[in-house]
Amino acid sequence: MNSAFFLVLRRMRAPIIVLIVIYAISVVGLTLVPGVDAEGQMTAPMSFFHAFYFISYTATTIGFGEIPVAFSDAQRLWVTICIYLTVVGWSYSVVTLIALLQDKGFQNTLTTNRFVRRVRRLKAPFYIVCGCGETGNLIARTFDRLNQAFVVVEKDELRVEELDLQDFKTDTPALAADARLPDNLLLAGLKHPKCRGVLAVTNDEQANLAIAIAVRLLNPDIPVIARARTAAVTANMASFGTDHIINPFERFADRLALAVAAPERFRLIELLTSLPESPIPEPHRPPGGHWILCGYGNFGHAVAERLRDTGITLTIIDPAAQDADKQYIGDGTEASTLRQAGIEGASGIVAGTDNDVNNLSIAVTASEIKPELFVVTRQNHAANSALFTAYDADFTVLPSRIVAQECIALLTAPLLARFLERLHTLDETRCRQLVDRLQAECGGLTPAVWDIRLNAAESPAAWQALMHERRIRLADILPDGADRSRRLPAVALLIERGAECHLLPEDDFRLEAGDQLLMASPLPAQRDLELTLKNANELDFVLTGRENSGSLLGRLLADRQASARG
Amino acid sequence: MNLEKVIFGFFIVLAATLNFGFFIGDIERPELHNVYELAAALIVSLIATALKFGDRTQIGAIHLSTSLVADLQLIAAAITWAVAVHITGVGMTAHVTSSVVSLSGGALFANIVSVIILIVETVMLRR
Repeated sequence: MNSAFFLVLRRMRAPIIVLIVIYAISVVGLTLVPGVDAEGQMTAPMSFFHAFYFISYTATTIGFGEIPVAFSDAQRLWVTICIYLTVVGWSYSVVTLIALLQDKGFQNTLTTNRFVRRVRRLKAPFYIVCGCGETGNLIARTFDRLNQAFVVVEKDELRVEELDLQDFKTDTPALAADARLPDNLLLAGLKHPKCRGVLAVTNDEQANLAIAIAVRLLNPDIPVIARARTAAVTANMASFGTDHIINPFERFADRLALAVAAPERFRLIELLTSLPESPIPEPHRPPGGHWILCGYGNFGHAVAERLRDTGITLTIIDPAAQDADKQYIGDGTEASTLRQAGIEGASGIVAGTDNDVNNLSIAVTASEIKPELFVVTRQNHAANSALFTAYDADFTVLPSRIVAQECIALLTAPLLARFLERLHTLDETRCRQLVDRLQAECGGLTPAVWDIRLNAAESPAAWQALMHERRIRLADILPDGADRSRRLPAVALLIERGAECHLLPEDDFRLEAGDQLLMASPLPAQRDLELTLKNANELDFVLTGRENSGSLLGRLLADRQASARG
Repeated sequence: MNLEKVIFGFFIVLAATLNFGFFIGDIERPELHNVYELAAALIVSLIATALKFGDRTQIGAIHLSTSLVADLQLIAAAITWAVAVHITGVGMTAHVTSSVVSLSGGALFANIVSVIILIVETVMLRR
């Protein structure tokens, strides 16, 4: 039984005993005091039955009057005492109960119980999001838009309350508790049969580490995605087999280096990994040559290492770092430091300190000295978005956004990682064509990238058709189910068949049962295509153009007609 | 010595003794079974139940359940009495008296179990 019930019982023990005693005194007293009849003669006292009845309605202030006959004065004296006694008894009980309901600990128990109940009742596959800061919130909002169920565990009570106020489509269970404690992860459904994975995206490195190892030990079958900031923690997480470790700084540094080396491929990756149906990011064309890097912490090191690989030379300014270029005094926010570092001859600057105001100051100073400079700013807090939008740097890094994008991309389309691995085989012109095609299909928004397997569980109709030796080409399943002359705006990125992968399959690619398709399309087109592959009648219409009611009689008639014709 | 333990033991034993006092005597003779004794047994039994609320140990759970059984039996006895005396007007015939007393006999058994648990608990206690 739940603990709240026991808590109520324990706290209510004293008031209940007081009530019992008061009732006992009143009832027994009333059975001892003699009554009076209509002629004024003394009669026997009330019986227990009548006394209990009378006290019951008097104590609860219902007050039916003197039943069964008018009372004697002695009885009235006793009843007066009883009235005051019982009022005290009831008030004591009610006050205790109300105090209990307002008790912080009790309310916590209630909310925890409710949370556990709701998690237990979850029917759809769900993810556990640990930490609901900027990253977690972004992930939560995207999950909600994708109709993906999830459970939130966040240490800060205030953030959990804020989560309740956001207009989510679904009612998401959220628990205000420390996810580092394995018990809380278990409460959140770590061992629930429908739990698909855990996202450790708190701000605290050690917490993410603790969550990752707890998941690995308690439920090794489900994947865990963890955010890491330092190399030590990354290595630690990798040592016990964390499925995906996301280091936003390294991720960004990789992208920045790629943007220098292969801008079109970078743009394609950017398009495929951004949050679905968000505005298309501006194209970035960072130049090569000489760059200035301000801030040489974790972020600075990651960027410097990757940029040097592309042949860029760097001047590093950071008064705090030991291995920075020491001859420059200041942190880059003053024009003199930047001039000294040779800004006139530089083609780009990275404002990468962990202070948003300093980063903006560096960026503004630098572009005043040299307006055509390529400026990369690091934004640490999403709350400062207004400032960074107003400044409009060439490239802004928001670590929380990088982590959220990567999580969503990994979870909604596991095949995407395989596609990105093979992307280096495409040359720049192919990438450019694909980017143009994606932009045309998705009408100014980023596509949703998703995958579907042609098997009995995920797409029963298509699977059945393929098992019946029907020849289906990729282009055959793409017409719109509402209007066959139109084609769904969807691009097949990859088809995986067993161990082989077919990158960017052509329209006449023949599908087989068991294939896994990686698609990029707007969200409505995703729903349409999934319906086509799941619903036999819909698939029939899309493939042949024939309306089919799906009934046995209809099918018999159709067969009859076909055989008569043949 | 712990005052709480004294009160707890007191009420459990008192519930059993009062119940026994009402139960003892020829089962068919109403003059041997006073209704005040039944009332006292019921009240003390209710208080004993309330004292056992909220203990989440195994022994606490069994304590509570035996007490609830005793309450139920005594309430049934009290209702039987009220029905016979006030509603049907049959009065305390041999038949009614025997059913009231046998119901309280059931409660007595539950109360004895309660006392045994109390003793077992005390014996197990090493302090």
